[in-house]
Amino acid sequence: MSLFFQWIEQSWLGTSVNNSLWAFAAFEAAHLLALAVIGGAVLVVDLRTLGWVFPGQSVNAVARDARPWLIGSLVAMFVTGVPLMASLAFSKYYFNEAFRLKMYFLGAALLFTFAVRQRVALGDEARANSRIAKAVAVVSVLLWSGVGIMGRGIGFY
Amino acid sequence: MHRPGVATTLGRMGTILFFCQWLGNTSFSVGIRESTWLYPVIESVHVLSLCVFVGLLVLWDLRLVGFTLRRVAVSEVWAWLIPWITLGAALMVISGVLLFASDPVRFYGNIFFRLKAVGLVLALINALAFHLGIERRLPEWDTADVTPRAARVAGIASIALWTAIVMTGRFVAYNWFPPLT
Repeated sequence: MSLFFQWIEQSWLGTSVNNSLWAFAAFEAAHLLALAVIGGAVLVVDLRTLGWVFPGQSVNAVARDARPWLIGSLVAMFVTGVPLMASLAFSKYYFNEAFRLKMYFLGAALLFTFAVRQRVALGDEARANSRIAKAVAVVSVLLWSGVGIMGRGIGFY
Repeated sequence: MHRPGVATTLGRMGTILFFCQWLGNTSFSVGIRESTWLYPVIESVHVLSLCVFVGLLVLWDLRLVGFTLRRVAVSEVWAWLIPWITLGAALMVISGVLLFASDPVRFYGNIFFRLKAVGLVLALINALAFHLGIERRLPEWDTADVTPRAARVAGIASIALWTAIVMTGRFVAYNWFPPLT
């Protein structure tokens, strides 16, 4: 793993971002924007599952409408996040506790979202309104909050 | 017409700078600035509430443009999202004011902070124009297949302005340019 972090920092991508005055800041600002969109796309479905917004709409319908924005913002996060990570991969992030925790939270959030949460929200409507689905929504919000908090934490560590 | 007083001797910006210097010297400001954990905690709150505020506001804007929740009436989207958008906005303002108070003179001189302030004013004007304009006729287009042009323009303008506000907000962290006076 340390070899991968060393390689990506010395790659064309890592050195380009690192040698540019504005590239890191620009990618970071775009990363922050995508974070906001993820926030909205995740929250609206979890809030509906909890019964706190749009009680007149089915969970299925809200989850279907939010899906392209969730996927789109995740792609944007990845496209902007990889250059950020590459620029200081081994000189900073490899040894950064917050970065490591963020990756754990991210892995857990992605796995949970696509293996559990999306299946519940897009599956049987009765199950999507059950108490178990509400627990799934809470876990979803907590996992993504963990990703966001640890992401912010990278800069403070 | 010019009246004598602090405003004319210092100039309008001088008055703001004077206030920033005063604020920066209060024990409140020094306390946030010199605490090791207070600033990171407040900034994390600012970023997390960004997800709630901008995330759901953009969703509302996208509904105005007709890109999401099309089967839900516009008034219904507004009614259910506005409490959360308001909560997010309140957290953003509180945490934002505290961040500003921690080092007001630096923020005052930062060009991106000023651009962000301009963006915020423009976003408010856009929201007000929507409210006083096409929103008055909302019952006519609440469930229409295509939202009126004015509503779509307001939604796109809002997304563009908040994009600029978030990006300039992030750039405030950089001292690329010498402080403005």
